[in-house]
Amino acid sequence: MWEKRPILLLLLATAAIMVGTIVTMIVPFMSVNTEADRIESVTPYTPLQQEGRDIYIREGCNNCHTQTVRPLVSEVLRYGEYSKSGEFVYDRPFLWGSKRTGPDLARLGGKYPDAWHYKHMDSPRTMITGSNMPDYGWIKENLLDPQMIQRKMETLNFPYTAEQISALAVKNEMDAMVAYLQKLGSDIPWRKAAETTIIGELNNPFTGDKGAIEAGGELYENSCAPCHGDKLEGDIGPELTDLDMDDADLYQIIHNGISDGGMPAFGSIGSDKVWQLVNYLQSEDDN
Amino acid sequence: MEKPQYNTDIVKSFVHSSVLWGLVTVLVGLVVSVQLTNPELNFPPYFTYGRLRPLHTNAGFFGWVVGFIFATFYYIVQRLCKVRLWSDKLATFQLWFFNATIVATAITLLLGYTTSKEYHEMEWPIDLMIIILWVTFAVNIVMTIIKRKEEQMYISLWYMLAAIVGVAILFLVNSAAVPVSLFKSYSAFAGTNDANVQWWFGHNAVAMLLTAPPLAMFYYFLPKSTGVPIYSHKISIISFWSMIFMYLWTGAHHLLWTPVPDWIQTLAMAFSVMLIAPSWGSVINGYMSMKGQWHQMRENYLVKFLILGITFYGLQTLQGPMQAIRSFSAFIHYTDWVPAHIHMGTMGWVSMIGFASIYYLVPRIYGKELYSIPLANVHFWLALTGQLVWSISLWIAGVLQAGMWTAMNPDGSLTYTFMETMVEMYPYWWARTAGGALFFFGILVFIYNLFKTVRNGEKTAPLTAIAQGRA
Repeated sequence: MWEKRPILLLLLATAAIMVGTIVTMIVPFMSVNTEADRIESVTPYTPLQQEGRDIYIREGCNNCHTQTVRPLVSEVLRYGEYSKSGEFVYDRPFLWGSKRTGPDLARLGGKYPDAWHYKHMDSPRTMITGSNMPDYGWIKENLLDPQMIQRKMETLNFPYTAEQISALAVKNEMDAMVAYLQKLGSDIPWRKAAETTIIGELNNPFTGDKGAIEAGGELYENSCAPCHGDKLEGDIGPELTDLDMDDADLYQIIHNGISDGGMPAFGSIGSDKVWQLVNYLQSEDDN
Repeated sequence: MEKPQYNTDIVKSFVHSSVLWGLVTVLVGLVVSVQLTNPELNFPPYFTYGRLRPLHTNAGFFGWVVGFIFATFYYIVQRLCKVRLWSDKLATFQLWFFNATIVATAITLLLGYTTSKEYHEMEWPIDLMIIILWVTFAVNIVMTIIKRKEEQMYISLWYMLAAIVGVAILFLVNSAAVPVSLFKSYSAFAGTNDANVQWWFGHNAVAMLLTAPPLAMFYYFLPKSTGVPIYSHKISIISFWSMIFMYLWTGAHHLLWTPVPDWIQTLAMAFSVMLIAPSWGSVINGYMSMKGQWHQMRENYLVKFLILGITFYGLQTLQGPMQAIRSFSAFIHYTDWVPAHIHMGTMGWVSMIGFASIYYLVPRIYGKELYSIPLANVHFWLALTGQLVWSISLWIAGVLQAGMWTAMNPDGSLTYTFMETMVEMYPYWWARTAGGALFFFGILVFIYNLFKTVRNGEKTAPLTAIAQGRA
């Protein structure tokens, strides 16, 4: 009989559509973003960070980068602590993405120093060999519009100060982008918590091994040279020619990074590769 | 003079628009695929991958697909209801407004005005335009059905009506935003809620735009092309109602392992697997309608497009539920496997049905036989091989990438850095571009054939009668 009555069909179809909609789309509003998943230390974006986020959206960065770390072993090793609902309560819109042409960025904040981001955004391939990310140096040329950003903060109902707004006048879009990237995922102190202290003695398994030094040299070229220079002369990071450090201490630093100093942790590449790097650095040190 | 029984001009115009936007979609698709292998081909600020990719997807969804939905539905609804379209003027307004909306979408996306929400990137003023567009379309279809002269509503009309309400509900909710300026707004929902709303929209836009309408076309054009009715009315009823009921539960399968509450993910997973039944209901109904008619696969190019289309629908609705299972999603999600899946659906299923529908319509709206059936066959093979090269190369890439992402050494460390996995993708990305190029050549052959049909096609009396709206 519904096959002969279009209005009835429309109503029945609406009802069929609404059942799943109510259960899976409307009911969740009762629990998500409530006290239940609130995280105390998560704060709204500052005017500069929010503007950076809007530029991230404008340039469609979410087409290639996700912003959610899933609770899976390889993922937590690669990116860091898995994402929690409470970390996203100030995200309008959410930017979790659906495709990782580039790496996930949910835990990017604090991984590298600002200078790394400026260089990388300017010319990704000088920092990461083989990258297919477009150059974004041109956003440096665009100055920010403090009035507009103030309006955005009002609309979002985020706290801000007059100083924060007036400070925007001398900033450009690159400053905003870097400020945003440095905030990502850093509202919870996961980086400190993830640091591991190695118990017991650390013994260099490759002392004097030429092969290990050579392998370490290759690793250095790809992972370290962008910051410490091709000849260890230093650039964004300090020079490494005069380390005067024992093997175990050097191992610890490469393994854990220096979270306050902008040195990323390289523990996830495995102890063999970290030792190869140690041997390479020590051999260069001796020269 | 009394108006002819049917309005054919509006169908013509929507076919033109749709084919034009289809060409744009594939062209932009080719450009972005080359940008992924050759980053120096990004031309900021307007022509970077980040801005062009949403243009590709939205031109595909809203220009090409919605364009031929409008064209075919206006043709079908008049025939199935045995009355002229309710309002010619409204339909003409809709035609111009449709093209204005797509142009506005393209321009604003290139200017960087975007909400970032996938398949719904356009900012709020364009959302308003789309709402107006959909309402005019809905009113015209529903009013035509109401004043119909055929009491029974055929299957295609059910799918049309469901799509009309479905799209309206999805689009309205997902558009909810607070404007800051004319071209910037913030979502009404935050974080995890926003993600859940977006994928409820995202997945069901697939249901209501890329599944229900092509099924409406399939159920109409298959019997029209073969001359044999649909196998089972009962299967049609069951698969229709169970499909529109079950689809809406599945959006969160795009969000497995994310902070979205577990129970929503589990429901999405379960319903995704259950959806195999109604999807395959339509596939089996299609196959069984070919009983005793399989020789037409050799003789009738329209049947070839339609049956291959429903076959890819079948494969798509098996692969989709597989990806919606937590364990498999953990492995494959975020890799190049996923675009391969989407493109089997869009190039293999939706576009095949679109091509078939347009090949069916053009001779009838111009009153001329198709210029060249061999060329239509060439198009068929280019579209088929193009799509297979596209998808198969990225399925392989996706499995390779997933394997490398999750590979671990005995000491519990990762075997590969992210970049070591990414550079492995380049050969497959080239293969994808080659597949896309084949598909693009197919489209050129298609357009050439349609153009020659309009200009030089052989006139016949029965076709002329249809073209003049008398039959």
